Amino acid sequence: MSATPVKPRKARPKRSTILTIGMLAAAAYFLLPLFWLVVASTKTTGDLFSTFGLWFAGENNLFTNIGNTFTADDGAFGQWLGNSLLYAVASALGGTFLAALGGYGFAKYRFKGNRAMFMGVLGAMAVPSTALAIPTYLLFSQAGLTDTPWAIILPSMASHPFGLYFMRIYADSAVPDELIESGRIDGAGDFRIFFQVTGRLLTPAIATIMLFMLVQTWNNYFLPLIMLNDPALYPVTVGLANWQGQAASSGGASGDYIPLVVTGSLISIFPLIVAFLFLQRYWTTGLVSGSVKQ
Amino acid sequence: MSTDTADSASAAPITPRSGRIAKRGKGGKGPRYARTGYLFVAPFMIAFTAMFLVPLAYAAWFSFFREQMIGGNVFVGFDNYTRAFSDPQLMAGLGRVALFFLIQVPLMMALALFFALALDSALLRLARTVRLAIFMPYAVPSVVAALMWGFLYGPDFGPIAQLADKIGATAPDFLGNLMLGSIANIVTWEFTGYNMILLYAALRAIPTELYEAAAVDGAGPWRTAWSIKIPLLRPALVLCMVFSVIGSFQLFNEPSIMRTLAPNVIVADYTPNLYAYNLAFVGQEYNYAAAVSFVLGFVIMAGSYLFMLATNRRSRS
Repeated sequence: MSATPVKPRKARPKRSTILTIGMLAAAAYFLLPLFWLVVASTKTTGDLFSTFGLWFAGENNLFTNIGNTFTADDGAFGQWLGNSLLYAVASALGGTFLAALGGYGFAKYRFKGNRAMFMGVLGAMAVPSTALAIPTYLLFSQAGLTDTPWAIILPSMASHPFGLYFMRIYADSAVPDELIESGRIDGAGDFRIFFQVTGRLLTPAIATIMLFMLVQTWNNYFLPLIMLNDPALYPVTVGLANWQGQAASSGGASGDYIPLVVTGSLISIFPLIVAFLFLQRYWTTGLVSGSVKQ
Repeated sequence: MSTDTADSASAAPITPRSGRIAKRGKGGKGPRYARTGYLFVAPFMIAFTAMFLVPLAYAAWFSFFREQMIGGNVFVGFDNYTRAFSDPQLMAGLGRVALFFLIQVPLMMALALFFALALDSALLRLARTVRLAIFMPYAVPSVVAALMWGFLYGPDFGPIAQLADKIGATAPDFLGNLMLGSIANIVTWEFTGYNMILLYAALRAIPTELYEAAAVDGAGPWRTAWSIKIPLLRPALVLCMVFSVIGSFQLFNEPSIMRTLAPNVIVADYTPNLYAYNLAFVGQEYNYAAAVSFVLGFVIMAGSYLFMLATNRRSRS
């Protein structure tokens, strides 16, 4: 299902060593902070200050740091990870379901207002998400929903018009009309056709959108920052920022929180990096299909 | 309805399973299936209305009021907006993100374009590894990216300061007068790979015959990149630029994290978003914060629109 057409290139030009070296240098720049993070996670606070940042100290303190990260503040970090997982999975499942149904509907049915509604949703992509966050907060607070998981999950589900856009384009080309017709001739209702037959053709697109929604919700900071007061509900981004605040306010030099922030950062990006590495073909497809058409 | 022939035509060549695209048209033709169509899109549209349109309308209505000690919420018309447009703090923030946009975005786009062309050129060894390495930061939350770079910039145990110390020099003041550049570096680090992938994907969609024709005419890889690839990348470049306008003017996460490291440099109104946030959640000035958000949204939409208009006109002429 790779969307990138493989181009057979005749007469390959010679590989360029200079370009390769230059690009490897660029790659090194992009990996450097991550390397630093791994190195720093193996150090005690003392080693952080006394040894060179980009190389390991004598002793490996990684497992002690991980242990401390999970036990600090009565195990807050584990809870934050759990919250992030809950918010991300719930938003991604719900959001992808809505986008798949909607995108399919926009692609495969004619009805009055189809184009107008679709263009309206697309136009909404230009509205800054943070401009939306303050009124959403006010509405949720009137409904008594702030400081609950719903305050994160509901807005994250519906506020990614890109998913709908992508689904519509994908459904348009991946689902042949004849398949719907023949289902109808067999006497199946349109929803049954969708859930049992045509919906399956959307699987690659569904996987792509789910991955991107997972990442977006996992990485979200602004929305949970304003919606949640209770530290027990924080996702890991807000939790780490909070620890960072404490590390900075305790004078920088003393901060016991510094190794916690460093190790916690490493743990928090680990699942995402793994997901991106293993699901490479999905996100590549997603970006390919999304980028070229507008 | 004269639906979408234009966009589906442009969509056709690169969509997955393009083999099946030959025949197109709406599945449920005729009015009999219109109701089913509505049922399919209803869940999304309801959620979208509740989470997008209603808050937006509410904020618009809300921005015309003012909370007062006596009399509670009073309708004040455009007062909040007149105040916003003459608010030096908001204007300073807008000026700062505009400057940020002018410096950071061209640099990032030039890098992303160069990387994408290099990956596509077949001149490169280890292309897959390089592509993955450059894209990797996209998987890192902006909060974590800002935390990491904050430590790297730091005067205490940042490796840059350590190196400078070793050779007896003073490290640049990353968290002081260079702050805007430091934030620009973080954002560049985060999003160059994303833009690179978008451009690279667009490059892969260019039909190979064009390159073959160029090769017959004697064009080398550099000439092909300049004369064929870059012009054909225009739509993808415009898309990336519009995303960048939106991203730059909404700048919040990175300065908000850096603020814990340098509270005197990153003031409460450093960016418009930071300002709106502080107005709402520190100063409890919700009405005015809503107006400020709207002004910001308006600036972003106007900016994106002008940008698209300008590039469209140039491509037509």
